[in-house]
Amino acid sequence: MADVSTQNTDTGMITPEAFKDAFRWMVLARTFEDKISSVYRAGKIVGGVYVGRGQEAFSAALAVQLNRGKDVYAPLIRDMAGRAAFGEPIIDAARTYLGSAKGSMRGRDGNIHRGSPRDGVPAMISHLGAMISVVSGMLFARRLRGQLDDCVGAACIGDGATSTGSVHEALNMASIEKLPLVVAIANNQFAYSTPNSRQFACKDLVDRAIGYGIEGTNVDGTDLADCLQGFHKALSRAKSGKGPQLVVGKMLRLSGHGEHDDSHYIPEEIRSSGLGKDCLAMARERIIAEGWGNEGSCQELEEKATKEVEDAILQADGEDPPDPYTHDWNACFSERFRDTQPDQ
Amino acid sequence: MSITYLEAIRNAQDKALADSPDVFIYGQDIGAFGGAFKATKGLHDKYPDRVIDSPISEDAMAGLAIGAAIEGMRPIIEMQFADFSTVAFNQIVNQAATHYWRTNIPCPVTIRLPSGGTPGSGPFHSQCMEAIYAHYPGTIVMTPATVEDAYSMLLEAIFTDDPVIFCEHKYLYYHLKADKLPTQSLPAESARITRSGRHATIITYSAMVHEALLAADSLHDDGYEIEIVDLRCVKPLDIETILGSVARTGRMLVLGEAFPWGGVTSEVISRVSSEGFHLLDAPPAKLNAHDTPIPYHPELWRYHRPTANTIKSAVQKLLKD
Ligand SMILES: Cc1ncc(C[n+]2csc(CCOP(=O)(O)OP(=O)(O)O)c2C)c(N)n1
Repeated sequence: MADVSTQNTDTGMITPEAFKDAFRWMVLARTFEDKISSVYRAGKIVGGVYVGRGQEAFSAALAVQLNRGKDVYAPLIRDMAGRAAFGEPIIDAARTYLGSAKGSMRGRDGNIHRGSPRDGVPAMISHLGAMISVVSGMLFARRLRGQLDDCVGAACIGDGATSTGSVHEALNMASIEKLPLVVAIANNQFAYSTPNSRQFACKDLVDRAIGYGIEGTNVDGTDLADCLQGFHKALSRAKSGKGPQLVVGKMLRLSGHGEHDDSHYIPEEIRSSGLGKDCLAMARERIIAEGWGNEGSCQELEEKATKEVEDAILQADGEDPPDPYTHDWNACFSERFRDTQPDQ
Repeated sequence: MSITYLEAIRNAQDKALADSPDVFIYGQDIGAFGGAFKATKGLHDKYPDRVIDSPISEDAMAGLAIGAAIEGMRPIIEMQFADFSTVAFNQIVNQAATHYWRTNIPCPVTIRLPSGGTPGSGPFHSQCMEAIYAHYPGTIVMTPATVEDAYSMLLEAIFTDDPVIFCEHKYLYYHLKADKLPTQSLPAESARITRSGRHATIITYSAMVHEALLAADSLHDDGYEIEIVDLRCVKPLDIETILGSVARTGRMLVLGEAFPWGGVTSEVISRVSSEGFHLLDAPPAKLNAHDTPIPYHPELWRYHRPTANTIKSAVQKLLKD
């Protein structure tokens, strides 16, 4: 277990407050996703449900150290915790899953694809690996305009996505451009059903950093303190002009690929290994063991999260879906360039 | 003074860079070297921070431009050859083209595609990609055929808030000259009647406009007046101008340098057939390159694409129908 200090220092030591802050978002994310899964099983969600069970520590530890309105954060499908920590309102998640026209995607895209580029959250496309260079572009623009200051960008991907050409191109490009970018690889051992052994042949994904001339760190994805420290170090290095940083977290996906998947292919040995530990349960135990909180304060937090989630889902469920008859069916911003296809 | 199509493209970028600090160019060898075709020659000296060499990473080049566009900049990506844009296909059609629709935030990127065949360029340095990008909602696809259009349309592309695929024809780079650059121009989305006539219409775009003009000259000697419509922009299509011309002539050949399956020529025929069937006195005709990859050898290449001669034969057949 990584050390936690009472002082926030440049050596990457994190404080109990930072730990508890991240924990709070982990609880909210787990509560929300548990609820969304049951709503999904009740047949009320259109499209897939992908959850971050088991990776909340890694996800929240990064985003809780970013600043909404200043930094760029590109979450992926298992980053409910990071999204919440970055300040995405829980109602937006509920609206997008439940198809409310008031969601940020207005019914045009769903579920995990939600984003809010003006708040620094690009809306992910499905194509894995495609968001890293977009984050680079956002940072690049700010630098060209002299507005980079100490902004940092963060992009999240999984172990499977590292096999795409886009990830390679994006890491290499970010490195030659010396952008303040942190790329977080959540190695949850599986990409859908495909294990690491069929995904890459290098000893450790973090070794890839060497090839790009960037710095890389491994963290224990089940240990919130280690994740916080790893990201703290990477973020400070990126901000201080040391170029892109790779942070690889190891954990196990404690769910199916999506809620439709029973993940029968995950061997029992991995489930019962250290990788299979639940980061949320471990963080909770630690808070109590260290005396940063107690059973009562944790329960209070959990009840508050349950209430918040239930309210959001109730509200979103009562909102109108988008109306195809009054919808604006134009894919171009510029009116003059809209194609005049005959009515069909 | 005389100015080439390539110089027009360079001047348009120069003007855009001068007019707006939001414009930058990112592409392979485009910095101090000035680009594979010299379309950015001298620009790096004038705007060292905004004319930038990229690594050979088309996917990430497009991704970077999209990210910068989301932030409100107006990036220009130069693909070294249109053919290599396939590597960036995903970013262009799935990221740039969907961005406004999905998020309500426009994505003003301009992707310059040095397109089309020149003798000896072969299968991977000759392609015309306009139809592939035009297929996707959310894109604008420009295919200028003249020096003046290369200039004015590129400026419009850069300052348009949607992703523009700018197909500039390599064969025209040095072949085509004008006296001066335009100060006023037809809006980019309007087609132009390049030559008026009454016996048949050739609808075409980009370098094929010039082959069509040669064919029309030759048919004039035989007593036929052929109207030529230069589409200029293939997406959106200026269907009004197309139908107006077909209404005058009753006969239509749609001509393109791209591969024959699907594409701009098929789209025009489909639109005219469904929206102006009553205007047609003969079945609509179409002429494209052959349905093979583009050959390297000049003898094969000349045969592969439409030429003034094959266009003339196609029109003669159309006039008999
Ligand atoms: C380019 C691309 N190919 C295939 C897919 C389909 N797909 C979606 S998620 C996934 C597995 C991703 O695995 P990983 O990157 O390890 O992330 P994880 O799901 O484990 O979080 C696949 C194959 C995709 N979205 N994008």
